[in-house]
Amino acid sequence: MNVELVANKGEVPAAPLPAHSPLAIRGMTVSYGQKPVVFSVDMTVVEGSMTAIIGPNGAGKSTLLKAALGIVTPLAGQAQVFGQPLKAARHRIAYVPQRASVDWDFPTRVIDVVLMGLSRELGLLGRIRGHHKEKALACLARVGMTDFADRQIGQLSGGQQQRVFLARALAQNADLYLLDEPFAGVDAATEKAIIEVLKGLKSEGKTVVSVHHDLTTVRSYFDRVFLINTRKMAEGSVTEAFTPETLNQTYGGRLATGQIDQLELAAG
Amino acid sequence: MSGEEFVPLSLTPLLIGILAAVACALPGNFLLLRRQALIGDAISHVVLPGIVVAFLLTGIVAAVPMMLGAAGAAVVAVLMIEAIRRLGNIEPGAAMGLTFTTLFAAGVLLLEQSDTSGVHLDVEHALYGNLESLIWLEASGWASVLDPVALSGLPPELGRVAVATLGVMAFLWIAWRPLVVSTFDEGFAQSLGMHTTGLGIAVVIVSALAAVAAFDAVGSIIVIAMFICPPAAARLMTNRLEVQIGWSVVFAVLSAVLGYVFAGYGPLWLGYDHAVSAAGMIATVSGVILALAAGFAPHRHRSGAPAL
Amino acid sequence: MLWSALTLQLGYNATLVTIGATLLGIAAGVTGTFLYLRKRALVSDAISHATLPGVGLAFILMVLLGGDGRSLPGLLLGAAISSWIGLLCVNWLTRHTRLSEDAAIGAVLSVFFGFGIVLLTVIQSLGSGRAAGLEGFLLGATAGMLFNEALVIAVGGALTLVAVVILRRPMTLLAFDPEYAAARGINVARMDLAIMALALAVTVIGLKIVGLILIVAMLIIPPVSARFWTDRTDHMVLVSGLCGGVASWIGAAVSASAPALPTGPIIVLTSFALFVLSLLLAPRRGVLAAVIRHRRFQRRVHLRQGLLALAQGQPIYEAYTMRLLRRSGLAHADGVPTDIGKARAAKALRDETRWQLVRRDQAFESAAALYDGLRDIETVLTPDQIQEIDRRMGGPREVTP
Repeated sequence: MNVELVANKGEVPAAPLPAHSPLAIRGMTVSYGQKPVVFSVDMTVVEGSMTAIIGPNGAGKSTLLKAALGIVTPLAGQAQVFGQPLKAARHRIAYVPQRASVDWDFPTRVIDVVLMGLSRELGLLGRIRGHHKEKALACLARVGMTDFADRQIGQLSGGQQQRVFLARALAQNADLYLLDEPFAGVDAATEKAIIEVLKGLKSEGKTVVSVHHDLTTVRSYFDRVFLINTRKMAEGSVTEAFTPETLNQTYGGRLATGQIDQLELAAG
Repeated sequence: MSGEEFVPLSLTPLLIGILAAVACALPGNFLLLRRQALIGDAISHVVLPGIVVAFLLTGIVAAVPMMLGAAGAAVVAVLMIEAIRRLGNIEPGAAMGLTFTTLFAAGVLLLEQSDTSGVHLDVEHALYGNLESLIWLEASGWASVLDPVALSGLPPELGRVAVATLGVMAFLWIAWRPLVVSTFDEGFAQSLGMHTTGLGIAVVIVSALAAVAAFDAVGSIIVIAMFICPPAAARLMTNRLEVQIGWSVVFAVLSAVLGYVFAGYGPLWLGYDHAVSAAGMIATVSGVILALAAGFAPHRHRSGAPAL
Repeated sequence: MLWSALTLQLGYNATLVTIGATLLGIAAGVTGTFLYLRKRALVSDAISHATLPGVGLAFILMVLLGGDGRSLPGLLLGAAISSWIGLLCVNWLTRHTRLSEDAAIGAVLSVFFGFGIVLLTVIQSLGSGRAAGLEGFLLGATAGMLFNEALVIAVGGALTLVAVVILRRPMTLLAFDPEYAAARGINVARMDLAIMALALAVTVIGLKIVGLILIVAMLIIPPVSARFWTDRTDHMVLVSGLCGGVASWIGAAVSASAPALPTGPIIVLTSFALFVLSLLLAPRRGVLAAVIRHRRFQRRVHLRQGLLALAQGQPIYEAYTMRLLRRSGLAHADGVPTDIGKARAAKALRDETRWQLVRRDQAFESAAALYDGLRDIETVLTPDQIQEIDRRMGGPREVTP
């Protein structure tokens, strides 16, 4: 074999699609117009893990999630969910979109939004019965929003809106939770509440993948990271893959050395 | 007013007005929430070219081909708007304006060019209908409502708009849940595997059918007014979608009834002896209702931040 | 006949109408550009429909005052006032209630129009035949126009055009960057109103020619066509004005040349034809150009991904990628690279590795920002820089087990 072909250090040849990974992505390329925002990305999510997708602004983090869910159409590439094509395994995924992606002036109550998580269970014409409501209320209780069940969603603060979105995902009773920046613009109490819920999910053996912005909390919140900047820059456990080197590689010059030192401190 | 006078002269136009208003107001709620209120405007403008083409193709003035033509034109318009929006990267408002003016212009030109003399097919009629003329001559009083002979003489527009109203209701009943989810949060709906694009198109087609059936009876302005005004006023009354739908129906019925009554009897009260356009008056009343709601309704102010 | 109409030899009135329509078309195209850039194209639809009650009320008022009721300046004044009120209603509803602008536009246009129809039926009942001219405002009617009316249109078109020319600089600034415009001391709210006022002037003057339903096309279609040809606001204004002027001139002339060719629809359809040409053929934003570009781009992505996979000995999952590689002679049917394929793959991988180094190094930050997975590194860095990177990368090495 030509030696030069494998000269690229650090690139491990990708395994074929692993049968039991909750989410396996191969060769995913997505472009808006003529510029790929995600280029030829492979990702293998480990079952039962909490994975942070990390990268600078515009690095394709949310786009990767959306492409995996079929919300945006990739130019190339495939995604498998628990070893099955997306269509067959949708019911095992719960997706929490960015808070800013919806119209919060929509005429609906908190409880109604959580009930949307039961859409699949309810089917087209199924009536909402007592036990559906109880389930929705239980999900609201898990995020500490029971008292807000009858509020109009527009009256909530940003953090409360995010918790409602999480409660809706909980109602789906999925095995894989995909979250798009759940901590963006939320208060400290909400952040704490959300991470408690996510850690609870992990302890139940569920898998959590979250687009994440705040580098200082990566080590305490997640056990695996996926670094992306158009291409995959690193993937692995926090100790292996979340290092000054991989961060430098991902963020280019955009992270000051001091910032990275701080992260090391935070890591203890 | 006695039944002998009311039933043959006013019952059917009133019913047609009410049904047309409700048939349009129902999908109008979703057009409003999906920020597509002006689709109603576009649809109603392209109905004219639709019926002109249907007339030119069949050579007769008959309800069924004209309704098909109008529905076809609505679909063509929607596809054209989407194509222009996507292919040309043009903002939706401009794409809509471009599409409906072009199709309307084509309709007017075809009408002028073709020999439609002696045929009752004129632009004014298309624009503001003729609700007052949809009378039930066979009826002689309230007893006629149960008289099969008299019932067979009902204006056909009544049956058509009734079917359209039922169709709209059935669609909303069946598609309610996915419709609400995809209107509120499209990304989430897609993650559930819902066909949000298909749902969006379905809403527009159902609106088009409602518009065509209503248009046939009442002309195109009241159609636009009914798509927008009752749902908009209803939105200001409540923060719950189910309640909003209820209010929109109430406002639609109220507009139709008051509009018809004011048009027919208002001038008499003022001492004139000519009635004025009922369709126009219905639109006017719906506007007054919206103005009152905008000034006094409990939930008239925005609460959440709009979507980015 | 058509030729003499186009060259303005078809009688005094027709010539005046053609000139007026052309001037108005230019003014509409220019004004419409600013509406379009401020994303308020359909506000013009509310403005135009809201003219009808004004026309009706003006007629009634003039009759009550003992006049004829059909004096064009009077009717146009009424139209202007009522559409101004309609515009204020749209603004008020958007600002003071939770309704969005599209709902406000739809509500205003349908309600004002409905009320206008009510007034028309009132006028019909005032006396037979007197309202005859008013229906002309719905669809426009240039045939049998009086000299005075033609003069009003020609002068009105010219005045609107002059106003547009005077205001074009602040409007351009506003359309390009509202915040910068505000910083330069331009009152944004007032300038927005000025744009609306110009749109209103175009609408009102054009009423008699194209009618209130189609007049919005003169404001909407030319800027959309112009958008395809240029990215610069000032050029867009010129192209849009040109499109509007040409369409109106042809429309008015064709309409004068034969019966049963109403002016409004001809202007709109000519304008639409110009749009279709622009949509298909414009060099950068046109559909043909875009399709070709996208196909090429997709090919490049798949080829590049295929080459990288070959270089790293990874399986290729996508049939299209495989087909491309085979067709370009880079791989055999069984997925094994040909000799050329190997060389190209090695080059692709080396470039990719170089890119990784470039993106890691702060010194190359501006170059790194250009990375999109496809760009050849030679187009971004000088040979010296590439050499420097290669030095850092080290030569080919054995695979460590």
